Amino acid sequence: MSAETLARWQFAITTVYHFFFVPVTLGLAPLVAGLQTAWVRTGREKYLKLTKFFGKLFLINFALGVVTGIVQEFQFGMNWSEYSRFVGDIFGAPLALESLLAFFLESTFLGIWIFGWDRLPKRLHLAMIWLAALGSTLSAYFILAANSFMQNPVGFTFNAERGRAELTDFAAVLTNPVVLVTFPHQIFASFMVSGAFLAAVAGWHLFRGGARPEPVEGPHAEPVGEPSTSSGNGSHSLRPEPVDGPSPSSGDGSAWRSAIKIGAVTLLIASLGVIITGDLQGKVMTRVQPMKMAAAEALYETEQPASFSVITIGTPDGQHELWSIKVPHLLSYLATGDVDGQVQGIRQLQSAYEATYGPNTYSPNIPLTYWSFRWMIALGAAGAALGALLLWSIRGGRGLRHRLWRPLLIALPLLPLFSNSIGWIFTENGRQPWLVFGLLPTASGVSPGTTVAEVLTSMTTFTVLYGVLAVIEVRLLLKYIRAGLPDTTPHTVDEGEDAPLEFAY
Amino acid sequence: MELPTIWFILIAVLWIGYFVLEGFDFGVGMLLHVLGRDDRERRVVVNTIGPHFDGNEVWLITAGGATFAAFPEWYATLFSGFYLPLLLILVALIVRLVAIDYRSKRAELVWRQRWDVAITVSSAVPALLWGVAFGNILRGVPIDADFNYVGGFVNLLNPFALLTGLVTLTLFLTHGAVFVALKTDGVVRVRANAFAAKVGVVAAVLTVALALWLNLRYGSPVTYATSLVAAAGLLGALAANRRGREGWAFVGTATCIAFLFATAFLALFPNVMPSSLDPAWNLTTSNASSTPYTLRIMTWAAAVFTPVVIAYQAWTYWVFRRRLSTSSIHDDVVLPEPAAR
Repeated sequence: MSAETLARWQFAITTVYHFFFVPVTLGLAPLVAGLQTAWVRTGREKYLKLTKFFGKLFLINFALGVVTGIVQEFQFGMNWSEYSRFVGDIFGAPLALESLLAFFLESTFLGIWIFGWDRLPKRLHLAMIWLAALGSTLSAYFILAANSFMQNPVGFTFNAERGRAELTDFAAVLTNPVVLVTFPHQIFASFMVSGAFLAAVAGWHLFRGGARPEPVEGPHAEPVGEPSTSSGNGSHSLRPEPVDGPSPSSGDGSAWRSAIKIGAVTLLIASLGVIITGDLQGKVMTRVQPMKMAAAEALYETEQPASFSVITIGTPDGQHELWSIKVPHLLSYLATGDVDGQVQGIRQLQSAYEATYGPNTYSPNIPLTYWSFRWMIALGAAGAALGALLLWSIRGGRGLRHRLWRPLLIALPLLPLFSNSIGWIFTENGRQPWLVFGLLPTASGVSPGTTVAEVLTSMTTFTVLYGVLAVIEVRLLLKYIRAGLPDTTPHTVDEGEDAPLEFAY
Repeated sequence: MELPTIWFILIAVLWIGYFVLEGFDFGVGMLLHVLGRDDRERRVVVNTIGPHFDGNEVWLITAGGATFAAFPEWYATLFSGFYLPLLLILVALIVRLVAIDYRSKRAELVWRQRWDVAITVSSAVPALLWGVAFGNILRGVPIDADFNYVGGFVNLLNPFALLTGLVTLTLFLTHGAVFVALKTDGVVRVRANAFAAKVGVVAAVLTVALALWLNLRYGSPVTYATSLVAAAGLLGALAANRRGREGWAFVGTATCIAFLFATAFLALFPNVMPSSLDPAWNLTTSNASSTPYTLRIMTWAAAVFTPVVIAYQAWTYWVFRRRLSTSSIHDDVVLPEPAAR
């Protein structure tokens, strides 16, 4: 394997991994802030409990998002130094602004929020989490603006003497049509994840609380949780509650129901937003990266009108179709907004690009692009449908009794999360063979001096380290999810020198 | 002043900010076991940086991003050239942040002990390696005509760079001990004060040695002056520490770190990364920089937002100005020490 291939694999592994935490952070920060706002405004205890409960989960997730993010920034220079030289004049600015305007805001105010429960007035403390959420959202804008330049370079000129792209219009970079649709698409997609997460975790508690054995249904008597591995938190056990004993979480039922409703409604509204922005995005993409749209449909020949295949079985190279289900006119609509619009095919685009850029292959991996496009949509849609089902199932005070809810609730947050991952795999793979579309081929961006051994070492190190951290993180999340809502009885210590720290390390 | 010069100064300021702030973070991490003899005391130590360490690390991310934006060639050469040290630093920074965040998330002794070891090691690695990296930048490394580093890993382990690494290591230890003494009360404070007095002497000897070497080899009248300020800061810190004036001691170690790095950047200017092969291949503020247009935009952003950032970060230190002691830690999460085991 060449250093380039390995560098690409490392980028894929570290970025996909990083992006498990990003949508959760982006979507959960405002939801936690919203819960805390509800508590500050209504004074109802359940919102405080939910704030602290989901706040803890948010922080466990946030830590990994931060550390895996540093790798991203360093990686451009380490593995992609030629790319960095080529685009630094343009790409560096949003990255630097992201740190200066967004990351400082996020990290600093989150630090105050974590430790400031007893140190700040209520409303000021609430402002801290909102500022942190604002920081996260701003950071998404800047990094998406940088990425959008790679999809659709704007506001630059090519300096042949120095062999690099140079910025001429920063406003154009920040208002790139691609970022204008990708930003809302990503924010809505993140809210799908966080809404689903809220609903699923709360739903699991409702399910557990309501799934006590009933005389007629045998299977329900099985233990719901796994055998207890950590009883460190004392008051909450992993074992199912005794048949007639009081459930420790029974008094929290109302809080969990609220969380399910907030989460599921967030998920559904966000899904609608994702659909609308995704539709707009398809049209922008067709305009600026027609090859990506052609690859998304594996459309080899230009068609007018073009149909969208929901599913296709083809030859292994993806070039010939054996069987498929097609929706007529749909691709024309997705790509152009007109049901009879023309969609360019891979072969026509290939010839056009060859005429412009010289001989090369200008299409990405077609099966990967084709299937990632469909899986992105399918997983997102499944997540939204499940959210709707959950909302409907708890109507009028109903519980979650069917044992299928156990796997369904586990799937609920994973569906939109994986939809996010696959969406990015689609976007980034669909840009190939370009690193910066039309300007810099991926192969030309790699660091010339780095050896295969070096990249292999770093790729292996990150993969192993990330794997270990994933296990630790998931187990920690599960522990805190199982522990349930915290005790929020106020401490008796007032304004003294030694008020204990609330969320201490 | 020319824009690239302004950006050279700004990037120096960002790195200095990073080392002054994360410097005591690293020190606190390394001293976890020295200053905290049981879990509750270690929690006191680690919570002195609890609200701050995440924000402190953003100085590094900003320094990296600003280098990328203002001097793409410097960023590209440095990051691709110092590949393995940066990989080690990255791994350490990842482990460190996760370890601090997660150590108290389980009330299990073994869990905490493992994370505490991780905090110690992962604080020591960057404390040493950042010094090695900057020693090499100043000294010059093999860079070819295309601005690519061609020196390999072993080349980075030379006496000057290793001395620089030991200086940052010991300075951060002193800085961290002084910070803990400033932020705690009780037995931890006493221990931190005593440790700062000891390690501070080692740091002073090494710092003076480095300052001499640096000035004789790369110096100018200005760097002699800044080196003197750095040395005076450290000696002042030691004197203040002896008298129990912890605030002044902290100002002293912070001054020493700031002026030592200022010395390095001044000695470097107008190069950003000199080539040891041919001076014609030096990366300089002019041949490594971005266009004036990009630099102008960035200058405006930096001029407006850097003071804002400094203001709200300063505010966090005001909010959490109270000293911590073992009574600041919740009883319900504290474990018995393993006397029975």
